Amino acid sequence: MSWRRLIGFNLLTAILLGIGGYYLGWWLGHQVTGPSLDYFGDTDQNDIALFMGYAFGVIGFLIGMGFLQYPLARLRGYPASLREKESEGIGRYLGLCTDHKVVGLQYLFGVGLFFFIAGLNAMLIRFELLRPTPVFNSGNYLTLVGLHGTMMMGMMTSAVLGPFANYFVPIMIGARRMAFPRIESLTFWLLMAAGGILVTTVFFGGFPTGWTGYEPLNDQANMGMDAYIMFFALVGVSMCLLGLNMLATVITMRAPGMTWSRLPIFVWGVVSTSILNLLAPPVLIAALAMSLMDRTAQTTYYLQSGGGSQYLYENLFWFFGHPEVYILALPGFGILLELLPVFSRKPLWGYRLAVSGMLGVTLLSFLVWQHHLFFSGINSSLRPFYMLSTELISIPTGLTFLCGLMTIWRGSIRFTVPMLFALAWFFNFLVGGLSGFFNSDTPSDTTEHGSFYVMAHFHYTIMGGLIFTFFAAIYYWLPKMTGLELNERLGKIHFWSMFIAFNSTFMPLFAVGLLGQPRRVVTYDPSLQWLNDWVSVSAFVLGLSMLLFLYNLVYSLLFARVRAERNPWGSLSIEWQLPSPVPVQNFDRIPVFENDPYGYGDGAGPVARPVGVPAGGS
Amino acid sequence: MATVDTTRGDGVPHGRRVIIIWLVLSAIMTPIAAFVIGPLIPPGNDSVQAMGQVFDNQVLIAFTMPITCFVLVVLGYSLIVFRQRDAAAQGVPIRGHSGIQVWWLVVTTTIVLGLAAFGTYELVKDGAGGGQGPNATFLPAHHNQAMDVQVIAQQWEFTYRYPTAGGIEVPHLYLPANTLIRLHVTSLDVIHSFWAVNLGVKADANPGTDNVAYVETRHPTKINIRCAELCGLWHGYMFDERGHVVSQPAFAAWLKLQQQIYGPVSKVLPPYATTYSPEPPLRAG
Repeated sequence: MSWRRLIGFNLLTAILLGIGGYYLGWWLGHQVTGPSLDYFGDTDQNDIALFMGYAFGVIGFLIGMGFLQYPLARLRGYPASLREKESEGIGRYLGLCTDHKVVGLQYLFGVGLFFFIAGLNAMLIRFELLRPTPVFNSGNYLTLVGLHGTMMMGMMTSAVLGPFANYFVPIMIGARRMAFPRIESLTFWLLMAAGGILVTTVFFGGFPTGWTGYEPLNDQANMGMDAYIMFFALVGVSMCLLGLNMLATVITMRAPGMTWSRLPIFVWGVVSTSILNLLAPPVLIAALAMSLMDRTAQTTYYLQSGGGSQYLYENLFWFFGHPEVYILALPGFGILLELLPVFSRKPLWGYRLAVSGMLGVTLLSFLVWQHHLFFSGINSSLRPFYMLSTELISIPTGLTFLCGLMTIWRGSIRFTVPMLFALAWFFNFLVGGLSGFFNSDTPSDTTEHGSFYVMAHFHYTIMGGLIFTFFAAIYYWLPKMTGLELNERLGKIHFWSMFIAFNSTFMPLFAVGLLGQPRRVVTYDPSLQWLNDWVSVSAFVLGLSMLLFLYNLVYSLLFARVRAERNPWGSLSIEWQLPSPVPVQNFDRIPVFENDPYGYGDGAGPVARPVGVPAGGS
Repeated sequence: MATVDTTRGDGVPHGRRVIIIWLVLSAIMTPIAAFVIGPLIPPGNDSVQAMGQVFDNQVLIAFTMPITCFVLVVLGYSLIVFRQRDAAAQGVPIRGHSGIQVWWLVVTTTIVLGLAAFGTYELVKDGAGGGQGPNATFLPAHHNQAMDVQVIAQQWEFTYRYPTAGGIEVPHLYLPANTLIRLHVTSLDVIHSFWAVNLGVKADANPGTDNVAYVETRHPTKINIRCAELCGLWHGYMFDERGHVVSQPAFAAWLKLQQQIYGPVSKVLPPYATTYSPEPPLRAG
């Protein structure tokens, strides 16, 4: 590669402009506030300068990526191409690219990187908890906890929607691209910029609030907190745009014959998640904007001493926060129900019921947020309502169980690696869901709230529900995305080590919590040491199983390089009728759909006609 | 595929088998869960509210056990019996069954509504030890005779005031046995959460808010107190294991002693109130 290719709109330029923008904003911030800092008496920190640094840094980063090219070209009257960097070799992965398949792979590796960093944080947290007396200093430990939680909750919202929905939703509905290809790329690079900003918190002393960022601790914290606020606000923008783009794509760009009742169930999972993605994050952004004002402009939205209320933040945050956890769970439902028919050789059972289950979860998830505030001191007469609404969510969630179980019932089940990961969902989400029933029951929750019990509960639902299906999706779809097979033996070892270590890690934490260990503590009661040690050792094994996956990925994609067949799983879905990897234009002609993709065993045949003859050759 | 009529199934009564296995397993597991595992779930029997929570957990685990058994039996049976034996074999193309769908919805809705009603009853009875805000709505019987104790949280310790004893402020919580206590939980700085683990009490401590929780003590015991809400740097050290529930005469004696020790200091404290606004306001940022 010639050095000349480094010049232009790409990741390198973006990073350089991002750093430049940061220092420009930092300098401007000091110009704005310089003398008045002494007035406020806290010269050790300048939140305004840091916020302006981050904001200008992000703008510089996006300019370097080339996001201004299109609007500027249009302003000057040039027609702009939709096909930026659609066929430029490896370089297109490091820049603004409007090919949804490139964005999908960018997301997979980008989100994977942050999953890895946040996972390392988890390992350090468990290392600290090996013994009841502290190893790290308290502030560093809280920063580790906060980084782990915030990064996982922020970046993993796009763990499925980013890689798999961007890559496969257009193909599944018979489109050549997303509705807004440039916004599609923007969501990814905003997410990466946000992740970079969050990591910089360590240069400013970290932040002590965990992923919830509760006020007034948020206001009290030092400059590391600004990174949290900026991170979550940018993630919110990214999520919102991602949801908008997905909804617009599915609503407007379906091929002929792709009726709503033929939509693959994975796309329904994406649609329901996207509704949440569109509606929940704006509330978070508003809440964080007020946090920002409190920290910089000395307002008192959340400060009781100035006439504000910390309850405002708690309510706004959880009004976003509870849909957020369903943003994490729902794509898992979609992947589960998408994979079960393929590996059971049986149509999806109860399609309409499964769809209504997902939409029911979507609707109800906006009505439950105060169960996070059962003991916070807000009006207690509303408590029975939130107990009821929370427990009602188990009805639509139960429909996913019913449809899943009845799909494998009397099937012909093949235990491939993706199927194993999908089947693990049943066990993990059963434990997660039923333990959640105890949480929703206010009397029982009195003891569980704020303890390791809750931590175990949501790791069962999010890690057990989302991450297991995330890996199922990787093992299932990566051969299509890269054209290369993943090693199956390593995959099976990965599955079993991960499944056993996962349960061995989180099952004892229910007991740890009930026995009186609150979340996010750096020390704990010495009588709980053996349980904590058990958990820590299991967590390290869980970490090793992730390394095994990483080894499999590197080995299979870089060294073994076994070409994948066009349709190794015998799936009827349309993406498997296309060459691997999928050509740039997806189809040479837009397909006409005649069935849903679940016609296993009834001789319905392929899903669409004519099914993509390669456009760019294979 | 060649020997089996795929539309009608293989003639084996799989459904009946699964139901029988499930019924047998549930009949064994449900009593074990309710009467062996259930009572072991904390917080134990150190207060009336704690016992209420244990009973609540017993009922919940009794209901979740048949559900657990059902999912695991159907899953396990399918994985063993319906595993692929012939690479070309296809499943039976059933796309739904309205009877099962309706029954599933009816049964799950009934269970959910029943448990929500049960939980509501348990909550309304006495508040279940949870913080209820300044105007508590779920009052235990004889709540008018409850003894007031204030819990003040600050970074990073709990202190306690006894308005009935001249508002003295002490570093460790002592409560009389067999007494209904009205805890007023408040904070001086950020959000904390007062968690008396073995008494089954949890109430967030908010600045400027009086968060009331009722607890009825039973027998003398130690009290294990933790902060259950992340409150900053030394959150992990914000616990108090030196509190006690003591007999009523012992409590009276203890209170007299505390008045001697802390009485003079308490005179310079702000007068007892349900909330405090420290001056100057503790602000950073």
